[in-house]
Amino acid sequence: MRLIAPIAKRVARLALVLICVALVSYGLMMASPVDPIDAYLGPQMAQVSPEQRALIAQRWGFDESAVVQFGHWLRQLVSGDLGWSHVYNQPVSEVIAQRFQRSIALLGSAWLLSALVGFSLGVMAGAKEGSKLDNIISTYAFITASTPAFWLALLAVLLFSVTLGWTPTCCAGPAGALNQEVTLATRLHHLLLPVATLALLGIASITLHTRTRMLELMRSDVATHAFSQGASRLDVAWRHGLRHASVPAITLAFASLGELFGGSILIEQVFAYPGLGQATVAAGLRSDVPLLLGIALFTALFVSVGNMIADSLYTVIDPRIQPGGL
Amino acid sequence: MSQAQPRLRAAFSLGVTALLVMGLVASQWLLGDSPQQMQFDARLAPPSVEHWLGTDALGRELWARTLAGLALSFWVGCLAALLSTLIALSLAAIATLSARLDALVSLLIDTLLSVPHLILLMLIAFALGGGTQAVIIAVAVTHWPSLARVLRAELWQLRQAPYVRISRALGKSRWFVLHGHLLPHLIPHCLVGALLLFPHAILHEAALTFLGFGLSPSQPAIGVLLADAMRYLSGGYWWLGIFPGLGLLLMVLGFERLSSHLRRAL
Repeated sequence: MRLIAPIAKRVARLALVLICVALVSYGLMMASPVDPIDAYLGPQMAQVSPEQRALIAQRWGFDESAVVQFGHWLRQLVSGDLGWSHVYNQPVSEVIAQRFQRSIALLGSAWLLSALVGFSLGVMAGAKEGSKLDNIISTYAFITASTPAFWLALLAVLLFSVTLGWTPTCCAGPAGALNQEVTLATRLHHLLLPVATLALLGIASITLHTRTRMLELMRSDVATHAFSQGASRLDVAWRHGLRHASVPAITLAFASLGELFGGSILIEQVFAYPGLGQATVAAGLRSDVPLLLGIALFTALFVSVGNMIADSLYTVIDPRIQPGGL
Repeated sequence: MSQAQPRLRAAFSLGVTALLVMGLVASQWLLGDSPQQMQFDARLAPPSVEHWLGTDALGRELWARTLAGLALSFWVGCLAALLSTLIALSLAAIATLSARLDALVSLLIDTLLSVPHLILLMLIAFALGGGTQAVIIAVAVTHWPSLARVLRAELWQLRQAPYVRISRALGKSRWFVLHGHLLPHLIPHCLVGALLLFPHAILHEAALTFLGFGLSPSQPAIGVLLADAMRYLSGGYWWLGIFPGLGLLLMVLGFERLSSHLRRAL
């Protein structure tokens, strides 16, 4: 029973934050100089008379005040209707669902890979401060933390796809092939490089964080006591370090979902991978306001749930931490 | 590693970075419009003695364009970091005034942190219609929360400090306490905070420009250069993709080092 109250509080907070996100992003879209009717008509703009424009504006409710429009949009949102995307000519919810299905393979595997590799590199580096291994791993993490994501992806394409020809340069499957014809192996082949690049970028922060935790432990009383009993560094790292460093690493992994998603936008763009990130860029460049709003809300939900899990995991994994005590 | 003299290392790193930045700014003066000069007899020339880093599809020298791009990034990053620090400072100050305002500011922070940075940047750049100004504002508006949190915690702690309470009890005005006691204490935090923001600011500017939401394609920004390079990638014109990104990486690394040294020294 003790657990329910804080969870209810978090869910209420989540709802409040989401409403704020909706408000802020809607406000930004209203402030944009791009005219939604122009964006919808595209090149046919010249063939539409002012009377017809007024009709379209009336039909879509653009002649109402901003507050009324926001009210309409919010009411539709609650009933599950996110609007119509004119870039993909589909309901926004369908576009997001389809695209996210493709992105989740990329995001999920990169996330898992970066958490596992990052954590083990951090433990290895932190187990022996100042060793050669530590220097190599720290330098590597330091450099990748400063590398622009899209540049790394560009280099990967240049090296593995163009020069060596090991992996395809673009897309989620061979050009022109239907979705049903593409085999699993081909799909994985196309996913390989994007996943590797995205994971490589996520590794740095988890490695550096875990390493700091390990250094803390190695200087603590627990470690000194263990050393005096004859335990080796490996012993201490394995028996105490893993537990000590795993909670912050898991928390960080959940808390960095936003960054992961940001990275996936850039990487999907470079690899022309037809996921949610690419749809975001297309929506922004071609002024597809409903789609952009839908994606902003969807990603906010995604990231907030990640943050919520990160906060809750603390109390589940480490029972010494009381809920609400921090 | 000589950890005994963090101040010396910080001073050294500050000197080197300042020298490089001065060189970068001076080079823009000396170069004039050579980043935009086209040579139609030397299009897509590989790196050689005549064309140090090669040329692009219109025969423009890549080294001049990369330097110009780095200078652009530097100015955009500076302005954005400065603006962001100001926002953080003023919102942290507002948050300490009352509990209700504090709740409001923390709700704002939670809202901004719950949308992925890049998507928020795209929304703001879209709302402002793109261009240099839009990028600076977008980067400034998205990067303040972490610094604001630090400053807010500092301010809460400072308000309880004995010397501040004595000063208040002696009848000094709020304004005197603010600029006589609180600000001098916060300035080092702001400085380090701005320096920490700076690399993120330039990376995000480049990413935004690369996606097509930032600086206009006619400017030689790093993001524009790399987006151009994407088009010629399959032709094997490797120099177009490698050098601008390498320049950006070196600049970001330099500032990261500087800020970590400074943080240790202060």
